[in-house]
Amino acid sequence: MVVVVGMLATFSNARYGIFNQIIRLFGGEPTYLLAKRELFQTIYVFSNAWQNTGWRAIIYMAALAGINPNLYEAAVVDGASRFRQIMHISLPGILPTIIILLILRIGRILNLAFHKILLMQNPLNMETSDVISTFVYRVGILEGNYSFSTAVGLFNAVLNLTLLFLANRFAKQMSETSLW
Amino acid sequence: MAAIKLNQDTIFTVLIYIFLSLLVIAIVYPLIYVVSASFSDPLALLNGEIWFLPIRPNLKAYKNVMENEQIWRGYKNTILYTVVGTAINLVLSIMVAYPLSRKDLKGANLVMIIIVITMFFRGGIVPLYLVVRRLGLTNTFWAMVIPTGVTTYNVIIMRTFFRATIPDELKDSAFIDGCSNIAFLLRIVLPLSGSILAVMVLFYSVFHWNDFFNALIYLSDRKLFPLQLILREILLQSNVEDMVGEDAGYLEHLLRSEALKYTVIIFASLPMLILYPFLQRFFVKGVMIGAIKG
Repeated sequence: MVVVVGMLATFSNARYGIFNQIIRLFGGEPTYLLAKRELFQTIYVFSNAWQNTGWRAIIYMAALAGINPNLYEAAVVDGASRFRQIMHISLPGILPTIIILLILRIGRILNLAFHKILLMQNPLNMETSDVISTFVYRVGILEGNYSFSTAVGLFNAVLNLTLLFLANRFAKQMSETSLW
Repeated sequence: MAAIKLNQDTIFTVLIYIFLSLLVIAIVYPLIYVVSASFSDPLALLNGEIWFLPIRPNLKAYKNVMENEQIWRGYKNTILYTVVGTAINLVLSIMVAYPLSRKDLKGANLVMIIIVITMFFRGGIVPLYLVVRRLGLTNTFWAMVIPTGVTTYNVIIMRTFFRATIPDELKDSAFIDGCSNIAFLLRIVLPLSGSILAVMVLFYSVFHWNDFFNALIYLSDRKLFPLQLILREILLQSNVEDMVGEDAGYLEHLLRSEALKYTVIIFASLPMLILYPFLQRFFVKGVMIGAIKG
């Protein structure tokens, strides 16, 4: 985690980061990217995808391995193309896994990758990088305002739980897959 | 008809290869870049000459890292936290998961529900911090290993595994032979659960290795800092300074610190990079077990 953000920070350094070398190559103006508040969300989302793709791929590979190969054979006999096989066999096959993972993610949507944001944060991008959990951390533990920040944290937890329940119910109605 | 179908498939396959190649580049290139940068002459780094291969390769940055006391101490601390922490995790998780897996334990379901609730609903970091502080754990070695003693998700995986693999008949026959509960756990259940134990060791130790947040809030004594916190200082906090000042002695300092950054990245992720290929099958197994709902 620290390593990933460290790489990000070093890469986006204004003078010699690789990102800025690429920007310069296309004639752009180099800047320290993490200090740009309008870029923070983009950087966060893309680096998160970059960081987590491997792990998610393992989960889905495990799920894909559980699909009965006879289905593919039957589809080929019926003349289905690769693309059709994916649409009609692979995707429905791993749909339950996708839904369960999605529900779990939604239950944590307000927590995000708190640790990562905390690492990426600096005074210059605070405006767009401050999320509830970093706010709680800053006010509660750094400034010692315990009761206020506990209340904020608790409220956040309630919201998370509500979202989880809603997502689960929605999933149950739409697809008959759910957590419980 | 057959020709058209073949054609469609070919296009599709080509598209997949293109997509996967881009993905591989996006994942591998930063790693190659970091490796190259760590071996290069720092001056080349600052001038932006490095694209792919190291320029004027040397080992100076590595020597700097080797001589850095903080990094070594961080390393030592991290290894200690990982080993002791994982041992505590393992013992506690077994003690929670095994009883809950027994169907003849009264009230197990209630306990289970309470445990699961904590996965999604918890007091937050502030109350946790206050508890740890009142217990007098802050700024001690134990702050890193006790508050993280049990992970709910892992307990659930473990319980599911025990339920699925240890048949009731085994327990019944062991008890007829006069086996006690504890002996049954130690002599029969655990030896049969090698794979889940491996998965747990893996999950927990990766967690401890990467953990910086607990150290950040509980520790203030530099002697106790794990590697991740040291890394954070080297990699992140210096970057903000970089934007502010620029004077004569500064360039020298900059040269050293920039090369150091890349080297430190390599240094810190090396153990995991080396171990990962051997451990990947356990990861996959852990995911599979986790996929079976409890």
